[in-house]
Amino acid sequence: MSRLTDAHVALAKEIIGRYPRPKSALVPLLHLAQEQDGYITRDAMVHIGELVGVTSAEVYGTATFYEMFKFEPVGKYVVNICGTMSCALMGSEELMHHAEQRLGIKAGGTTPDGMFTLEHAECQAACTEAPCLQVNYRYRYRLTPADLDELIDDLSAERLTHEIPPHGTVAKVRQHIASHRGVGVVAPELVTESPAWLNGKAAL
Amino acid sequence: MTSSYLHAPGFIAGDRPKIVTSRFEYADSYKIDRFIATGGYQGLRSALSRPAQTVHDDVKSATVLGRGGAGFPAGVKWGLTPQEVWPRYLVVNGDESEPGTYKDRLLMERDPHQLIEGCLIACYAAGLSQCFLYIRGEMAVAQERVAEALNEAYEAGYVGKNILGTNFSVDIVLHWGAGAYVVGEETALIESLEGNRGMPRLKPPFFPAANGLYGQPTIVNNVETLANLPWLMTNGVDAYTAIGTKTSPGTRMVAVSGHVVRPGVYEIVNGTTTFRDLIYGQEFCGGIRNNNALKAFVPGGGSAPWFTSDQLDLPFEGSQVGAAGSMLGSGAIMVMDETTDIPAAALTLTRFYAHESCGKCTPCREGGTWLERILSRVVDGKGTDADLAQLIEVGESICPGDFPHASNEALGLTAVPFPYKMTTICFVGPSAYVPVHSALTLFRSEFEARITKRTMIKVTAVGVSS
Repeated sequence: MSRLTDAHVALAKEIIGRYPRPKSALVPLLHLAQEQDGYITRDAMVHIGELVGVTSAEVYGTATFYEMFKFEPVGKYVVNICGTMSCALMGSEELMHHAEQRLGIKAGGTTPDGMFTLEHAECQAACTEAPCLQVNYRYRYRLTPADLDELIDDLSAERLTHEIPPHGTVAKVRQHIASHRGVGVVAPELVTESPAWLNGKAAL
Repeated sequence: MTSSYLHAPGFIAGDRPKIVTSRFEYADSYKIDRFIATGGYQGLRSALSRPAQTVHDDVKSATVLGRGGAGFPAGVKWGLTPQEVWPRYLVVNGDESEPGTYKDRLLMERDPHQLIEGCLIACYAAGLSQCFLYIRGEMAVAQERVAEALNEAYEAGYVGKNILGTNFSVDIVLHWGAGAYVVGEETALIESLEGNRGMPRLKPPFFPAANGLYGQPTIVNNVETLANLPWLMTNGVDAYTAIGTKTSPGTRMVAVSGHVVRPGVYEIVNGTTTFRDLIYGQEFCGGIRNNNALKAFVPGGGSAPWFTSDQLDLPFEGSQVGAAGSMLGSGAIMVMDETTDIPAAALTLTRFYAHESCGKCTPCREGGTWLERILSRVVDGKGTDADLAQLIEVGESICPGDFPHASNEALGLTAVPFPYKMTTICFVGPSAYVPVHSALTLFRSEFEARITKRTMIKVTAVGVSS
């Protein structure tokens, strides 16, 4: 099972370097591990613990709090159907029922070919576009059962790979702070005085 | 695939003042070129051309209310930090996940530079030395848009070292979560940002302004709140307070979902727009679908007690809505028409809060689950009269005393004002009870119709001799 690759370690160090306390980088680094392997492996948690200076138990403790982290393999496409009020009022139960029949699995399950995991999700902040779902955290809005069939056909035929990366990758764009532009961390032990611009004068 | 999938849909423009949505009409609204061509970063220039304290004073006198839920004035919040304790941090709450709420994601996906500019103005005014912009984990495109915008803004000299060539320097660090509603609570957000399980902290002593991130004074502001600042700086306090009312100036983003003709996100004039305007007005939702009757609506996100048509003429103004028994919360209205199965609708919300309980406080961890199980049983037609009483008993262990609800003429009810008392650290526990209490108070007969009609079987003898 896998520790982070060299490229990911370099990225991890860049991320850790933005926080006054390394442990703050835990959740972003767990995402990195999930991006690498599709789920969070034990070795990755040990490795992340080494990188931020906490035990692997602490990494596990944090990781298990958050719904997005998976600890065993899931489908290439994780389909999250929202079931909270706005979506329920607009027929999300029917959509979930249809998805279960179409995929032949119950919510929480994964298809035998490893393509799809189906989940019941809570409010996804798209309430005016109900019922909605996310595939690997990319939205689809106002879905009918027929739309869902079309989506599953497209995903099965790998027609949406340009938009929807495999499970694990969330954002495809990362922040980069060039060293000549960045201020660097402002840690409590490094700074005890008020910032320079609070001198009663206009900065510009 | 159409591009609409990438560009958060749902916003409906209108002939009304636009403070935070002025660029939404452009397909490239999230790009720095469009931003600058439409007055972007002018508010930052205007702020930096004055001493920081006067910028802070402006935010205070403009009464920029927090748009996250509590509605606390941002300028006052900034002033709650203890004297001479440095450094201070800004944490941006972009963990939008209150049921019904859809506005911060739009602001992040469609105009990320406006948010960045707002963060910079806040850091300048309140002397905050590092900013952490926390975006909900499930919002992939919002994370991409903000990351791209930050990269552009750093490159162009708007963020980072010596901004616009001045002595004002601040990093904005993009941080992202991994799925936990409770992290929207400010102290839980800080816990999460420190790499821990996102469980709320006790207040006192952990008021973020005094003792927040890494134990330092920390301002936690909502995305929409910060997005107001560039316009305020560019146009001034008088222009800002000319919109809306004295106690609720400016505009608000409101998402109206559910059984309306035209669900959507609207930027409305604060303080004066009424729920009737929003639900029935032709420039807004255009009424209930199929001309159905309105049964009930949730006025301020899943945590808000429900209203019925008796409350339609209330304006979008915090103190009036509070006195009427609910809250404006996060600008989220969920509309239920006459076809709605009320107990089942209440269950969708109670299930949400029970599921999202972090487990720290017993009344929420156990009570939320109990509420969900009992209500489920009732919805499935397997409940009893005792279950209805039990729902209230469990609710009272989370929120002792009178629980807020709306007045209702037909039922002869007078309003019990918001807020409630609570036995938990944060509002997640009480929120599990809100839909149960509202639905039971306003639509008790629907629950009673649901309970089993078992009758007592008279047992005369366990066995009989032949």
